[in-house]
Amino acid sequence: MSTALNSDRSAILKQNRASRSERLLRAMRTPGGAVFILLIGLLAAIIVLNPSFGEPSSFIRFVGRTAPIAIAAIGQYFVIVGGEFDLSMGSVVTMQVIVAGNLIGQDDSKVIPVLVLMLVLGAFIGLVNGLITTLLQVPSFIVTLGMMLALLGLVLYWTGGAAQGNPADSFRQIGRGGIRDVPVLDIIPYPVLILTALAVAAFILMRRPFGRMLIAVGDNPAAAALAGSRVWWVRTRAFMISSLSATVAGILLVGYAGVHPSVGRGYEFTAITAVVLGGVVLGGGRGWVLSAAAGAFALESLFTLLNFMGVPATWRDTVQGAIIIIAVAAASQSWQRKRKGASSAAHDEQHQLAAAPPPAEGTEQGGERV
Amino acid sequence: MTRRAGFFQRLSSTQIVYLVALATLILGVVLVNSIGRSFFSPGNISSILTGTSVLGFIAIGQTLVILAGSLDLSVPYVTSLASLIAAGVMANNPNNILSAVLLTLGTAAVIGLANGLIVARLNVHGFIATLGVGLIISGYLATNFKGSFGQTPLEFRLVGATGIGPVPISTIIMLACAGLAMLLLHRTRVGHHLYAVGGDIAVARTSGIRVDVPVITAHVICSVLAGMAGLLLASRLGVGSPTVGSQGGYDLLSIAAVVLGGTLLSGGKGTITGTLGGVLIFAMLDNIMSVMQVNPFLKDVVRGVVIVAAVAVYARRRIVSRPERFPAKGSTETPAARPVPVEGP
Amino acid sequence: MRNNSVRAIALAAALPLVALTACTTTDPSVTETTGAGTGSPAASSPASQDWFDQALYDTQNQQRSATFEGDPEQPYLQYIAGAMTDTSKFAAQGPQKVCFANASISNPWRQTGWITMNQQLKALQGSGVISEMETRDAKDNDNTQIADIDYFIAEGNCGAFVISPNSTAALTQAVERACQTGKPVVVFDRGVETKCATTFIHPIGGFAWGIDTATFLSEKLQSGDKVVALRILPGVDVLEHRWAAAKKIFEEKGIQATDYFTGADPTEIKKIISDELATGDVKGVWMDAGDGAVAALEAFEDAGKPLPVMTGEDEMSFLAKWKQTGIDAMAPVYSNFQWRTPLLALEKIFKGEQIPAEWVLPQEPILVDELDEWLQRNEGMPGGHYAKFGGEDLDGYPEVWQQRQIP
Repeated sequence: MSTALNSDRSAILKQNRASRSERLLRAMRTPGGAVFILLIGLLAAIIVLNPSFGEPSSFIRFVGRTAPIAIAAIGQYFVIVGGEFDLSMGSVVTMQVIVAGNLIGQDDSKVIPVLVLMLVLGAFIGLVNGLITTLLQVPSFIVTLGMMLALLGLVLYWTGGAAQGNPADSFRQIGRGGIRDVPVLDIIPYPVLILTALAVAAFILMRRPFGRMLIAVGDNPAAAALAGSRVWWVRTRAFMISSLSATVAGILLVGYAGVHPSVGRGYEFTAITAVVLGGVVLGGGRGWVLSAAAGAFALESLFTLLNFMGVPATWRDTVQGAIIIIAVAAASQSWQRKRKGASSAAHDEQHQLAAAPPPAEGTEQGGERV
Repeated sequence: MTRRAGFFQRLSSTQIVYLVALATLILGVVLVNSIGRSFFSPGNISSILTGTSVLGFIAIGQTLVILAGSLDLSVPYVTSLASLIAAGVMANNPNNILSAVLLTLGTAAVIGLANGLIVARLNVHGFIATLGVGLIISGYLATNFKGSFGQTPLEFRLVGATGIGPVPISTIIMLACAGLAMLLLHRTRVGHHLYAVGGDIAVARTSGIRVDVPVITAHVICSVLAGMAGLLLASRLGVGSPTVGSQGGYDLLSIAAVVLGGTLLSGGKGTITGTLGGVLIFAMLDNIMSVMQVNPFLKDVVRGVVIVAAVAVYARRRIVSRPERFPAKGSTETPAARPVPVEGP
Repeated sequence: MRNNSVRAIALAAALPLVALTACTTTDPSVTETTGAGTGSPAASSPASQDWFDQALYDTQNQQRSATFEGDPEQPYLQYIAGAMTDTSKFAAQGPQKVCFANASISNPWRQTGWITMNQQLKALQGSGVISEMETRDAKDNDNTQIADIDYFIAEGNCGAFVISPNSTAALTQAVERACQTGKPVVVFDRGVETKCATTFIHPIGGFAWGIDTATFLSEKLQSGDKVVALRILPGVDVLEHRWAAAKKIFEEKGIQATDYFTGADPTEIKKIISDELATGDVKGVWMDAGDGAVAALEAFEDAGKPLPVMTGEDEMSFLAKWKQTGIDAMAPVYSNFQWRTPLLALEKIFKGEQIPAEWVLPQEPILVDELDEWLQRNEGMPGGHYAKFGGEDLDGYPEVWQQRQIP
């Protein structure tokens, strides 16, 4: 790429830019933006029902405990936007939780080595998922389903079903502790900091060539391949990110909840639901990474709201089911309108130059508009 | 090497499925004989075939849905609901059997219709649509049923408990349903359209097919077959149970069986015969592992590995060479114009 | 046509199966097995919407203070005096084969029991009572367990059946079919709706658990105090009975109890408690099973609230946390040692000795004064181990349990 071309394009882009507020408004009308409105609405409802929830110290704890699922949703986003599924996520969480419990034990000196081992394990599982999906051409649904069964079976076989017990407190602090005595907030849980760091990293990653390539691959792999992307490697890295994020979620959950073989159960479906609620389209190519995290928060807020409303826990599934159908139906109508150009106002054509080069494949709905 | 590839290429994926089934069978005979049992004894055959019935019903329906380019994750809940309706309405009175069966299948069909409409009309991905509908039913079940419910009369229980020789009646009914599904796929217009829509919805649409019809039909049939599975379970258990569907994990297992049977997960290619092979492989595998008393945790490991390994065999072949119904697609395509996108093969 | 050839191949592959089976037309023993099923109204009277059963409640309430026959050092052999089954017709020479249809080993309680059972099996194999035990694990699936039992009947060549039913009503007919073989049938843990089994082994039961725990909490708390009840899942009789009894007592004593289903997931438990603490004070925590008790307590710690009065279970992680925090607590017990009893019952049956028709095992909660003793006896055991596992005298103690060697 020549710099001349780049500056050319940025000039055009600048010209094309609407005012900040206009852009924000436009973003909010897309499914990926609507989730933020949904989230704010849910939070407001919770605070109305239970004002103490709105206190900064309560709220930051809520953010802290939602961090693991939000991190998992961010990881799942990379796989989904690349056009694949990762069903092995729940098993990876369970595995990491039990690995931490059994290998660290009460020995503080083992915390760092085991932490490294867990990250390596996570990356390795992602690599295996990715390579079998891309090189052996097995659908990711099947690969990760097989991984889910095999991984959980192996871990339970290895441990006889139950872990030795909770690992050393120094390790659990990652998920349980925080910076204390902060003004206003009282405490900033470490999970909040980790989530923030990972969200920023994911946001940046999606604006870098890898992120754009991933969206291109999810949108149309054949075109992306022709355009020179190494499709297999892009997708494999997405799987590795997913497994690594499950690993981080596992590390946080060991701290938050402790070791039990049921930690992580159903995480894959919750994460996928969160991603989808965030307006990300299954099948790939469309959606914003931060909306996926917002989807996780919306989902957790929904559960909390139902709880405060006194809805029997058994109805929770029903409400969740109805909400995801409605959200996705609405999103799909909206994406479709956009595709057909029916809502052309959203594209504000008056700013477009006749000479504007068409945007590169996949960047049309990429992360840069967030 | 080249000769083997040539031999492989000449086989259809259904033929490979049955080769794998045959290999599993041989493995089973060897292993089971090695501990002094007979693989072909009536009790064992009956055990394997019983294992195929419930999953078979659901997998046949799942095949249709997947061929149409969708998925159905609501099947376990439909199955549980069906078992409850059946046992509840029968209430141990033989006179109620017919009305109970009709009501059960009717309810299942309505759920299938809802699935189909959400997928086809609202353009919600099958994964989410059926996950959502499944959750809705699951909440209803958990709130209203706290344990087993109703009772099926003796006459109805015989369906699940009788066999012709070692072949259970339920297996025969399942195979009959498979036959009907094959007729639908290969002899009717809806069947042909189903392949077309699953293969490439844009092409199907431009060729003048009303793309909604096959998708909705597939979903309705799938739910009805899940209802049949529920009826069978009500017959075997003697009662309805709100958890019997999720106990079996039939959602993911049926999808695995369908893909194991050589059907493309992205739709448009595959056969019922293949699916039956996939179901048979699972049933034999489970049977062998149970007879060998494999550690229950390791059973899942074996299952997981077999699913991936077996599908890898077909999938590898697929990119080498395969007569395409709708040619000129890239090796890893997802047609960009799909409103309901599915992941690449 | 390609489709035709596909079908031909499929048929060809299926044919040997069918052909081989067609000549063996002995009817599998499934047809004639509905005797009691049709005529048992108790079986499935309209949905078990209400799990409370006053008669059962009263019985179990009395059994809590009953005297148990036998040596208290061997609680797994103790029983409440009552109707006995004459087993002289089952008396047998030499080692017998046992067939065990297990519901699953999907939770730590069942895993612990399964380990104990296998060590007991080795002991009885050594003493020449049992030749081998063939086990089929149904993975929590009713339909699979029915098929497992039918397989045993047809192919197992079993000298006796041991069945741990996955659910009560659904397994009734399969157990009846096993009874019809004329071999001894031992049912344990969850029951079935038939009395055909040679013996049904179980600790006192869920109502006793509920009475023990709810009485403890109501005594420690004031009327109007709030108790959060953490329940694993709906629809399992032994668990529902625990809550049915506790709920009744809480209502009587004016304790305000809210119940939740947690799936035994500590993440869920911690969220629930945190939300409850955000809305008001929680004075007590009631659990229908102890897994995740630690997470519940940590929720109080993290919120900086005073620790509650609590009932957990004899699960080691709870006992350790109880000791560490010094809370006011008790550990009800769903006697894990019952996993030994079926095989020991078979030993008696093969000798032709009388055994109780319904073998009610002791179910004594662990109170604070016994806490140290139970912690000491189980030192080095993993968090998911159960203190009253009752296998201290078996070979392999303690390594097998410490390493959780699951066959």
